[in-house]
Amino acid sequence: MNRNVLSRRVLAGVALAALALTGCGTSDSDSDTPGSGNNAGGEYASLSGELKASGASFPDAYYQEVITAFKEVAPNVTVNYNATGSGTGKKQFGEGLTDFAGTDSLVKDTDGVAAGSYLYVPTVAAPITVSYNLQGVDKLQLSADTLAKIFQAEIKTWNDPAIAADNPGVTLPATPITVAHRSDGSGTTNNFTKYLAAAAPNTWKLGSGDTVNWPSNTQGGEKNTGVAQIVKQADGGIGYVDLSDAKASELKFAAIKNKDGQFVEPSIEGTTSGLEGAEVAEDLSYNPLDAAGASAYPITAPTFLLVKTSYDDPAKAELVKGFVKYLLNDGQDLAKEIDFAPLPASLKEKALAQVDKIQG
Amino acid sequence: MTLTENKPETRPSLAPQKGGLLADRAFSWWTLGTGLLVLGILALILITTVREAWPAFVEMGFRYVTERTWDPNPAEGAPIFGALSFMYGTAVTSLIALLIAVPVSIGIALFITELAPRRLRGSAITVIDLLAAVPSVVFGLWGVLVLAPILVDFYRGVHDVFSGVPVLGTIFGEAASGRNFMTAGLILAIMVTPIITSICREVFGTVPQADKDAALALGATRWEMIRGAVFPHSFGGITGAVMLGLGRAMGETIAVALVVGGSTNLSANLFEPGNTMAAVIVQQFGESTGTYTAALIGLGVVLFGMTVLINLAAQRIVRRAEARMRGGVA
Repeated sequence: MNRNVLSRRVLAGVALAALALTGCGTSDSDSDTPGSGNNAGGEYASLSGELKASGASFPDAYYQEVITAFKEVAPNVTVNYNATGSGTGKKQFGEGLTDFAGTDSLVKDTDGVAAGSYLYVPTVAAPITVSYNLQGVDKLQLSADTLAKIFQAEIKTWNDPAIAADNPGVTLPATPITVAHRSDGSGTTNNFTKYLAAAAPNTWKLGSGDTVNWPSNTQGGEKNTGVAQIVKQADGGIGYVDLSDAKASELKFAAIKNKDGQFVEPSIEGTTSGLEGAEVAEDLSYNPLDAAGASAYPITAPTFLLVKTSYDDPAKAELVKGFVKYLLNDGQDLAKEIDFAPLPASLKEKALAQVDKIQG
Repeated sequence: MTLTENKPETRPSLAPQKGGLLADRAFSWWTLGTGLLVLGILALILITTVREAWPAFVEMGFRYVTERTWDPNPAEGAPIFGALSFMYGTAVTSLIALLIAVPVSIGIALFITELAPRRLRGSAITVIDLLAAVPSVVFGLWGVLVLAPILVDFYRGVHDVFSGVPVLGTIFGEAASGRNFMTAGLILAIMVTPIITSICREVFGTVPQADKDAALALGATRWEMIRGAVFPHSFGGITGAVMLGLGRAMGETIAVALVVGGSTNLSANLFEPGNTMAAVIVQQFGESTGTYTAALIGLGVVLFGMTVLINLAAQRIVRRAEARMRGGVA
């Protein structure tokens, strides 16, 4: 008897809550639609369904932030982004397991994604810092050639003449250099080595790629945090780490000499101006490494979404378009807070035009 | 082997009942099935991995196991996949692990079975078994965050002691950091100790009390009794325990990946960073494509081959030693 009453009460409560919720929903969209047309709220609210995606782990923090924010404007859409790494992301996208993929590297023939079946959508970029740990040195400047020599283990101590030449007036200790790199295959390694290959072509001999053949007396760490950890533990350590992890580990970073001969410290602004100086290809793939511009930070990692040129299900196409457009409009404002650089206006316009090409 | 032992003659000589006969046959088929299942799974693993790794084997040929360079993205020319550095890393870290873990484990097992007071025995066993239940990633994180930074100074001290000494000076060379073959070996030693200990404990438990009493009655000290009665009886079991430990050490992935240093390095200096086959697979598999993936799967095949070879060698050693010891005892 008692239980019956209780369950009835609960039922009534649930029904009331549901009523209240739907009430809110309708009144919200009502007030939105007649209002200013540029507000996106109403535009996304009608979408519903599920999007599956996987890929690059480097922009994962940003995508998760956007997904959370998107949930508020499009409550009926569930987006899952799984940070599996670019390689796996491309593979799964090619096999049709996911609706879109995130990737730091461009699609190669061996990636399993058919040519012409996908579009690149640039999303954000982030600086790769050259973080170091050297007692008594709080400001360090490095040119690309010196950087290449350090990571090739040609320069073994911090007071080497090449480092001294980049840092006039700084007393450098004779501490041995401990080079830290990624032990896992990584888009960050790819971008860093690509930069060295582009900016120090006569010095850098190790090639570029997700994994390169580092000298045997260098240290490998797992992911950005692993590299940061090695640098932090070793006096004389140096490694390449993305900005947010370097900040989280409280590492010092070096200013890198850019194409215009200026030493620039890694920052969001420096990265965005690097993007402005980058040449953008027809398919929107672009390379911001060693870009021109006095304030451009030269080691910048771009990242892309891969979307299909056409989806079998028109509703799916609408969903993908909706989410990616949100990411490129409102989503861009979220980037700075978590140490990612938003796209410059020109590139953003091109990216939005790219999204409109999606058919479904 | 088990099948021949389960022939009907060995059944108790009671009058066979119909149900019993059926059950016996069912049991025989069941054990045959499970036995074959293991073989079948092993064969399938071998076939699939070899097939997947084939492109890399074809491209590299025999150099796959003799080349020490591992360069998936060279500046010019074709990628080079040489597993030798990683084979060396696997061998050396496992060896360090066994050198440390085997004496320790046998000591613990002897303590528990022969020396420990009865009320201590239970808790000692529980603690050891708990150690076996700790996930390997926890060992790895502890190794990289706590153990490695502490050990650097110790390594440097050891280096200072041995520098100048011919062979030892090379083995205990300069230490740039705490992530190296030695730390990986130490972590592995801690991880395999509970496995070896619990099997040794079981094996020592099977030594007939009569043998031990006989030795003591002849005036043997406790150590002489252990050497004369316990060890000969348990040699095969100890070797089995060591082999299981070795298998765990060679195949351990994530803990080693975290502490070994992640560098393609074939160096006699145990204080230099290196890498092992299992660790390389887990580090690089996600971002690999084509021949690169094949080469990584190839590492799995090589690891598989190494494990099988070592196990076969161990079996031979046990057989010979047992024959010799039986001869000696009699």
